[in-house]
Amino acid sequence: MQTGISVHALRKSFSDLVAVDNLSLTVERGEVLGFLGPNGAGKSTTMKMLTGFLPPDSGSISIAGIDLLGTPRAAKEKIGYLPEGAPLYAEMTPESLLGFVAKLRGLNRATKEQRLIEVAERIHLREVWRQPIETLSKGFKRRVGLALALLHDPEVLILDEPTDGLDPNQKQEIRQLVREIAANKTIIISTHILEEVDALCSRAMIIASGREVANGTPAELRARDPQHGAVTLTLKSADATTLRSVLERQSSIAKVSARQKDAITTLQLMPQGDIDLLPLAAATAKELETPLQGLQRLEGDLNRVFRLLTQATGGAK
Amino acid sequence: MNRIAALFKREMAGYFATPLAYVFVVIFLVLMGVFTFYPGGFFERGQADLEPFFVWHPWLYLFLVPALGMRLWAEERKSGTIELLFTLPLSMGEAVLGKFLAAWAMIALSLALTFPIWLSVNLLGSPDNGVILAGYLGSLLMAGAFLAVSAALSALTRNQVIAFVLSVCACFAFLLSGFPMVLDAFRPWLPGAIVDMIAALSVLRHFDAIIRGVVDLRDLLFFLSFTALWLYLGAWIIQRKKTA
Repeated sequence: MQTGISVHALRKSFSDLVAVDNLSLTVERGEVLGFLGPNGAGKSTTMKMLTGFLPPDSGSISIAGIDLLGTPRAAKEKIGYLPEGAPLYAEMTPESLLGFVAKLRGLNRATKEQRLIEVAERIHLREVWRQPIETLSKGFKRRVGLALALLHDPEVLILDEPTDGLDPNQKQEIRQLVREIAANKTIIISTHILEEVDALCSRAMIIASGREVANGTPAELRARDPQHGAVTLTLKSADATTLRSVLERQSSIAKVSARQKDAITTLQLMPQGDIDLLPLAAATAKELETPLQGLQRLEGDLNRVFRLLTQATGGAK
Repeated sequence: MNRIAALFKREMAGYFATPLAYVFVVIFLVLMGVFTFYPGGFFERGQADLEPFFVWHPWLYLFLVPALGMRLWAEERKSGTIELLFTLPLSMGEAVLGKFLAAWAMIALSLALTFPIWLSVNLLGSPDNGVILAGYLGSLLMAGAFLAVSAALSALTRNQVIAFVLSVCACFAFLLSGFPMVLDAFRPWLPGAIVDMIAALSVLRHFDAIIRGVVDLRDLLFFLSFTALWLYLGAWIIQRKKTA
């Protein structure tokens, strides 16, 4: 695999605030990296450095093998960037803005015409092609921003909160578009919407206060939830006491906790080590002839992992 | 070069896509006319020259040029499009020049549209057209100098009103820097050589020399280097502010 983005020991501070601190990351071609963190964690600052807008205090950035700080123009040609909030020249039309950017990107006339048509089709901009951008809906504006990023068919895509502020339908549309183009590109998406990680990303990095706190596949991150691997059983409260006392004697179960609501009890079993408790729980219930209303293994909740990892450092601010 | 041209075209299209271009040109022409004919006494003087026309230019530019220049970078910063611009393969120099040249071209266009007054003076008498040409040249150079100041100061803030006020003050100071009003403020605490240098920066002195028909290379160089310096300063401010 070819490395699309490689960042080493990136650092950026604004007067007395260290926004990004010794951050390193690599994204291979074909990967979609979710870049997560609470607001103010340094996501946008990092992306602004990756795209050559902000110069870092120290560190190195390589885009598709090109040194961004040494040869910015060549590196920028490889990048498609959707800045946070998708800023656009409001008085222009999608057609004129895309034409302008195509010229600055150095596309020749024939390629330019062809790319404009392709992008207009793919991003579904035909119907608003000649309308001033200021009259467009937020969803269309975001699509224009995405079209600008995709115009020159870049190897590397950097999307800063691409779905922020959109309604659920528009979010779905943008995600669908990203999925369609993801195959041969290197993509970084910053977001604080965790469902997006599952929907789009092959890997996620969580940062807090400018530092990496976690990096892995969505499944790996989930496994860091303390409740990962826990098994819950839902049953009538009348049956719960016996089952609970039997389960508590199992050596593979570290802890059993119960929650009661109306006449229904939910038992939660925490495993001792990395064991799948599902078969044991099912077998025990069957043995005791206890009818279960629900039996489920928890995969872990990204939201909880996120809070756990980011509050420890972010809380100090 | 192509990139500067592309940016120039975009900026121009931007002026004409909004009422800005039309309002600017119309106000420019109305003010030029009013000042030339009323306080300037164009007809009453009975002389076939455009001095009553050109003599008002510094004072009109003092407000009109900052009005055009205040948005150049302040607006880009406020709307965030500056991020769009500088993540394209475009250098700082190209960006600064492209935007500056487009705004300057707007002023040049407005200035060109004052041609009826040149026609009138040629119909009514036989003026020295060389002097008039020098006047137009001087006027355009002075507008460029003020525009470079306004553009640089516009990069300081997201707020266009602040950019406007700062630009008017700065242009006013440079306009009058050869006059006691400005020099007296420096004389008590600066060495004479530096006060003389400040005096030499007077836009009005250099402009007056040109509109009298004396196109001295030193006056031209003054305007060109003044403009270049402020463009450079503007680029420096943008770079600094982008980081903050």
